[in-house]
Amino acid sequence: MRKSYLERLKEGTLLADGAMGTRLQSKGLSAGECPDRWNLTNSEKVKEVHREYVLAGAESLITNTFGGTRTKLTQCGYPEKQWEINFRGAEIAREIAGDDIYVVGSIGPMGKFLAPFGDMAEADAARDFKEQAKALDAGGADVLQIETMTDLNEIVIAVRAVKESTNLPVIASMTFDKGQKGYRTVMGIDVPTAVAALIKENADVLGSNCGNGIDELIEIMVEMRRYTDFPLLAKPNAGIPVIQKGEVVYTQGPDYFAARVQKLVQAGATVIGGCCGTTPDHIRAMALELNK
Amino acid sequence: MVAFQKIADSIILGNAKLARDLTEQALQDGLSPQEILENGLIAGMNVVGVRFRKNEIYVPEVLISARAMKAALENLSPMLTQTKVKPKGKVILGTVKGDLHDIGKNLVGMMLEGAGFEIVDLGIDVSPEKFASAVEQENANILGMSALLTTTMIGMKTVIDTLAVGNLRDKVQVIVGGAPVTQHYCEEIGADGYAPDSASAVDLVKALLDSK
Repeated sequence: MRKSYLERLKEGTLLADGAMGTRLQSKGLSAGECPDRWNLTNSEKVKEVHREYVLAGAESLITNTFGGTRTKLTQCGYPEKQWEINFRGAEIAREIAGDDIYVVGSIGPMGKFLAPFGDMAEADAARDFKEQAKALDAGGADVLQIETMTDLNEIVIAVRAVKESTNLPVIASMTFDKGQKGYRTVMGIDVPTAVAALIKENADVLGSNCGNGIDELIEIMVEMRRYTDFPLLAKPNAGIPVIQKGEVVYTQGPDYFAARVQKLVQAGATVIGGCCGTTPDHIRAMALELNK
Repeated sequence: MVAFQKIADSIILGNAKLARDLTEQALQDGLSPQEILENGLIAGMNVVGVRFRKNEIYVPEVLISARAMKAALENLSPMLTQTKVKPKGKVILGTVKGDLHDIGKNLVGMMLEGAGFEIVDLGIDVSPEKFASAVEQENANILGMSALLTTTMIGMKTVIDTLAVGNLRDKVQVIVGGAPVTQHYCEEIGADGYAPDSASAVDLVKALLDSK
C-alpha cells in the first residue's frame, strides 16, 4: 500500500511515466481528435498506455485528462461530458495503478487567454479548474498536476482552485523556452518569478514539462533549484519534433534520456518522467539507469 | 502633421487610444489612409513581429499591439473601403485541424484586410474538407493556413492533397505560416508561398497576385 505522495517524495527520486497524447496517437488517435474523450469511447487504449508504463517501471501514472477543463472541452465539442471524462480518466488510471502506484490527475491550460489579453474571466477559469479537480479527486487521483502552463495568472488560479476544492497535493509545472533573456514562458514569465509566485500559492511540487528536450530541462532544474528547496518535477519532451518524410519524429531516444537522467537528478529533479514523444522505452531506460 | 513614426510607436507600445487618436489626426491632416496604414500601422506591427521573433517581447505585448492595431484600423477601414473600387483579392484563412492557436492567423487577417483584401476567416481547427469546400465556393485567390505546432503542421499537406483530389488545387494559391513552418517545408508540401510574419504575409500575397 502506498504512502502519501509527498511522504514518498521525501525518500528520493520518483520515476513517473511518459507521454499520454503522443502514445494515444500511435494507437490510432487522429490529429485534432479530442484525446480526453477516449476515456469514454476508447478506454481500453488508454489502459493499454497506462499498463505499458507500469511494465516499464513507472511509479506514477498520469490521467488522460490534459484537456479536461470545461473551456477546453467546449473547443472540442464535449462540454457536457466534463465530469465523466475527468472522473473516468482517474478511475481508468487507478484500475491499472492498483494500490501501489500513484495516480496523477492531469490539468492542462484552458486554451484561451485570460482578461485583459483575452476574454476569459478569472472567475470562469476558477470555476473550470475547481470542477475538473473535484472530478479527478472523486475518480481516485492521489495528486493533481497542473502542467504545460505559460500564463502565470492561469496557473495561480488553477493552484488556488485545486487547493480550495480538494485536499490533494498539487504539482505546478510550466513550460519555458530558451531565448535571449534566458528561460521564459511564451507569456514572458521567467523562472524566479514563477517559483516565487507558486510557492506563495502553496503548490507542493514545482516543475517544468514539455517544450524542451532533456538537456534544456537539466538547465531549468538547475535554475529552479537556485530559488527553492521544494521537490521539483521534470518531464522533458523526447527532443523537439521534426518532420521527416512527412512524419513527425521526436529525436531523443531512450538511450539519449538514459545517458542524461543522472544529470537531471543531480540538477535537482525529484520527479522524473517524459512529455510529448516519450515512450515506455524511455521510462524503462531511465529506470535501469536509476537502479544502477 | 502627425509623423508616421509616432503612429508606428503607438502600435509598438500597444496604446490603443493613442493609435486611434493619431490615426484620426493624420486623416484630418490630409494623409491618405493607405499611407497611414502602410507607413504607420503596418510599420509598427513589423517591429513588433521582429522583436517577438528575437525574444525581446512576449505574447502579451503582441496581443496588446494587435489590439491597438485593430482600434486604429476601425478608424481607417471605412475610408479604405471608400477609396478602393473593389477588394484587391480574396483570401481564405484558418488554422489547421487540431490547432487552436490563432494569434498569428488573426494578425495576418487584420493586416490583409487593412491592405484592402477581402478575408474569409474559417477560424481554428479547420478540417481539410472545410478548407476544400471554402475553396470550391468562395472563388478566392489565396488560401492561407497557419499552425503553431509541429504535430499539427503536417495537416497542411493533407489540405493540399485534399485540394488536389478534388481538382481544386489550381483554383487557389496556397500560403503557409506559423512558428514551426519554414520555406523548406512550404516547398516540400508544394505550397506556393511562406511568410515568417504577418507583415511579410501581406507582401507575399501581393507578390503572388501580381505574378498571376
